[in-house]
Amino acid sequence: MDLTLNASGADLLERARRVAAIAEKHADHVDAEGRFPREAVDALVSERLLSIQVPAELGGEDTGLPQIAEICTVLGQACAAAAMVFAMHHIKLSSLVSHGIDSAWHRSFMRQVVVDQLLLASATTEGGIGGNLRNSICAVSVEGDDCRLEKDATVISYGHYADAILITSRAHAEAASTDQVMTVFTRDQYTLERTHVWDTLGMRGTCSDGYLFKGQAPKEQILPKPFAEIAAQSMLATSHLLWGAVWYGIAVNAVTRAQAFVRAAARKSPGAPPPGALHLAEASSLLQLVKSSVVAGLERNEAAKADPELLSSMGFAVAMNNVKIGVSQTILTIINHALQITGIMGYKNGTPFSLGRHLRDAHSAQLMISNDRILANTSNLLLVHKQDTSLLG
Amino acid sequence: MMNKQVRQLLAQYGSLPAALEDLGNDADLYAAGLSSHGSVQLMLALEDTFDVEFPDNLLNRKTFASISAIEAAVNGLVGERDAA
Ligand SMILES: Cc1cc2nc3c(=O)[nH]c(=O)nc-3n(C[C@H](O)[C@H](O)[C@H](O)COP(=O)(O)OP(=O)(O)OC[C@H]3O[C@@H](n4cnc5c(N)ncnc54)[C@H](O)[C@@H]3O)c2cc1C
Repeated sequence: MDLTLNASGADLLERARRVAAIAEKHADHVDAEGRFPREAVDALVSERLLSIQVPAELGGEDTGLPQIAEICTVLGQACAAAAMVFAMHHIKLSSLVSHGIDSAWHRSFMRQVVVDQLLLASATTEGGIGGNLRNSICAVSVEGDDCRLEKDATVISYGHYADAILITSRAHAEAASTDQVMTVFTRDQYTLERTHVWDTLGMRGTCSDGYLFKGQAPKEQILPKPFAEIAAQSMLATSHLLWGAVWYGIAVNAVTRAQAFVRAAARKSPGAPPPGALHLAEASSLLQLVKSSVVAGLERNEAAKADPELLSSMGFAVAMNNVKIGVSQTILTIINHALQITGIMGYKNGTPFSLGRHLRDAHSAQLMISNDRILANTSNLLLVHKQDTSLLG
Repeated sequence: MMNKQVRQLLAQYGSLPAALEDLGNDADLYAAGLSSHGSVQLMLALEDTFDVEFPDNLLNRKTFASISAIEAAVNGLVGERDAA
């Protein structure tokens, strides 16, 4: 899956690298101030990277998930918050591409994403429910041609800066908590009243404040498939894979910094093995595990994509959950090795070897849909799903 | 007979919020509130009751989409078991 193998892949990579160069310049300021990575997102817009996933027939570039993941990794090495904004936007877009392609409204909205480089945000988390995304308290109500929704959305990343929000709710007032739909509301169709301030340990630039969301829109903006299907067939896998690609990027940059430190030490005292070299070797091995896990997940997703039955099978869900758990835990160990190597130079802010931002950003990975929740879900599936005993298949 | 047993197990293990009597054989169980936890518990109960084992290719949403779908899957497995 080498991106540079064809001209369009090489072009995508170059565009991503230009954005990353800008993101990197502002990453520390974005983190320190907890501000939106405006420069990086403007660069994503001017490189037209927000619409690459849209089908070519609607004006996009037909870019697949592996290529988008590669861009997440490129950006993740520069500024994790900007990378996460890019990842979350494309997770939302994947729901439209997979489940809105037969709906006239959603097709025309995708064209608009291309033309105006619209930024899409997500509101699944709800007060009283937390990260249990397959449950909602709030319900969308359809009256005549319109639908209305009010939601206590406790976390909406870059909600204030988004051009549209894809939001989950129960399908109607009497629906069970798991009978959900997802609706697209554009900026002119909702108000956001801020209820929670995002002043966090890491991922500060995602500006994931909480809001009371109130929206009204034509009812055809409700995605025509049950959210259960959208979650199982596109959102869960896409989330774990693109998040994983961002998190891998954070770890890669930590190891790159640690390696630069070790090499500088080696040059200073030729002949003597630099302290920290063994840690670097260990970190390198773990980094390879993380990479393999994300890549295997991407390959499995590509293989399953054409078959909705495979996509909603337990084996696939277990595999994607395992990518999320493994990557989110292992990057912390990797960055910790990097910190052992760089010592005080890594612990301090403002040095070429600083790792504080990496470590803080990486800590969000276990919480972004709590690992405990995911483990509980996997352990339930493993009561019936048989262990895969093969190596290649 | 099978229908009655499936309904009984669904009531016992499916943790559905709605009353089962109101649910048609082809009604969408996910819309009725069947969760992945509920479907796994139900599957274990079905395996136990009918002495069958669900192979991995049946472990997907479609198999548990409705009471008729569950019946068809279990009937298929019982048939295979008796033929073996
Ligand atoms: C950087 C970042 C960006 C985010 N952006 C968005 C966004 O744009 N939109 C959005 O909707 N959400 C967003 N979220 C929210 C995220 O997806 C989760 O919903 C949220 O982190 C869960 O919050 P919680 O830990 O308070 O809630 P819960 O999921 O309720 O968990 C609280 C605690 O209880 C435990 N717990 C609760 N229930 C269970 C259970 N059944 N099994 C096991 N353990 C349980 C968990 O381990 C956890 O420690 C973002 C989160 C982060 C970190």
